Amino acid sequence: MNFGAIKAIYLFEMARTKRTIMQSIISPVLSTTLYFVVFGAAIGSRITEVDGVSYGAFIVPGLIMLSLMTQSLSNAAFGIYFPRFTGTIFEVLSAPVSFFEVTIAYVGAAATKSILVGLIIFVTALFFVPIEVRHPFWMVTFFLLTAITFSLLGFIIGIWADNFEKLQFFPLLVVTPLAFLGGSFYSITMLPEFWQKVTLLNPVVYLISGFRWSFYGQADVSLGLSLFMTCLFLVASLAIIHWIFRTGYKLKA
Amino acid sequence: MPPIISVKSLRKQYDSGFEALKSVSLDIVRGEVFALLGPNGAGKTTLISTICGLVRPTAGEIFVGGHNAITDFRAARQMIGLVPQEMPTAPFEKVIDTVAFSRGLFGLPSKPALIEEILKDLTLWDKRDNPIMSLSGGMKRRLLVAKALAHEPAVLFLDEPTAGVDVELRHDMWRLVGQLKDRGVTIILTTHYIEEAEEMADRVGVINKGEIILVEEKAELMRKLGRKELTLVLSEQLGEIPGSLAGYGLELSEDGFTLTYGYDTRAERTGITHLLTDLAAAGIRFNDLNTTQSSLEDIFVDLVKRQA
Repeated sequence: MNFGAIKAIYLFEMARTKRTIMQSIISPVLSTTLYFVVFGAAIGSRITEVDGVSYGAFIVPGLIMLSLMTQSLSNAAFGIYFPRFTGTIFEVLSAPVSFFEVTIAYVGAAATKSILVGLIIFVTALFFVPIEVRHPFWMVTFFLLTAITFSLLGFIIGIWADNFEKLQFFPLLVVTPLAFLGGSFYSITMLPEFWQKVTLLNPVVYLISGFRWSFYGQADVSLGLSLFMTCLFLVASLAIIHWIFRTGYKLKA
Repeated sequence: MPPIISVKSLRKQYDSGFEALKSVSLDIVRGEVFALLGPNGAGKTTLISTICGLVRPTAGEIFVGGHNAITDFRAARQMIGLVPQEMPTAPFEKVIDTVAFSRGLFGLPSKPALIEEILKDLTLWDKRDNPIMSLSGGMKRRLLVAKALAHEPAVLFLDEPTAGVDVELRHDMWRLVGQLKDRGVTIILTTHYIEEAEEMADRVGVINKGEIILVEEKAELMRKLGRKELTLVLSEQLGEIPGSLAGYGLELSEDGFTLTYGYDTRAERTGITHLLTDLAAAGIRFNDLNTTQSSLEDIFVDLVKRQA
């Protein structure tokens, strides 16, 4: 293992975060605060409780998941896409570094960033609403698994995309809608029966449900199913990355 | 001494079906400066990129310092520094950080004194804290050289190091190559400037359409380059070369009207004066004379044309 190279890439990526602190850390915190103001204070005051939890507190896990997913995805996608775009990727590809090490470094940096954002949102939320965490172990598990899985997905997108439009496609047009419709701001039991069934096709439902269960002990789907789906995503991402390694897809001619 | 780089029957066919390299075999001697010459699209960059691990070979083998470039890629790549033809740089990074990053990629502990020395050598030290986007084109190219040297490679690839740079920078680059060679670094450069190959190289290889068509010591090429031909157009037809002129190695054309004399411009005596005196003595008169020189350019163009 070339640990020096992993460290070099990881620190390089983290330095980029530091340089773009506004974009990387502050803007997600700001947008989350706005969600609280709009959904929590303004609209939420008209919805008293969801399954015994105040609406403001109810949306916290969903908000954290929403940011965790979109941040992981776009951080990782941009992290690997930008050197491909500028051409500096040649340096990594001609260094004594394996694809495996490259992935650890880029995905690790992207996941670190989104985990930081998630934590900041969590702490910010504490100022607005009372939050309890009933199952800390599962909370951390879902939190880390989601950050890593979506960073891996982002990494794949960053390799697949050959322009900025494609790069933005998944975070903006796929994951954000799925997260909004996946119960970030409501319990799917609030939906008419037909739409409840349709919603179950949305993979994000299982992630948010499991994460919310770890807070308040209530879930839209069973914990086992949530965990299974989360792991399924992780395995699928790893399989795709393994295939990219083998074929050199879009990285090596 | 075994070659530092050994390429054996290397073939590369891109997914588009284009065959960029057709069974290329090439050995690079430790410590030499090797110039790879060829027209655009000849396969120069593909060859370099394949050796450096940027392009996957379709067939064949590459050894760097005896290490197989595929199965033992870490040891092989550890020895190589690459300065690519384009100038890809991360615009927002600081000069010194990006050079340190390059060293880190090779798994080496940081060595600020070395980075300082490299940046000073390349007159980039004053710019060390500037973002890369603030550098001029010439500085960016020097920065890429600095990055390639950060892990102290034994072999340095320079892909078109002087494409589109001004005269001063070109001479700087030549000087730098000389310095690196003195330190024992093996250098492989591609170029389509013949002048450049003449200036820097110990050996010259010509590649065209994915095939190496010539590899020769530069001195040998220069010897060929030094050959000149004197052509005499005679006033009267000559049946055969008189015995008194036998020592000159003259050639008589079929129609008997042209005599050709080959000589070395760099020899102490070209023999032209003697030849002309002896011609006069033999009663051979001529209407016209001209001399032609075979340049490396001619050899090159000739080779490339012959292949086409």
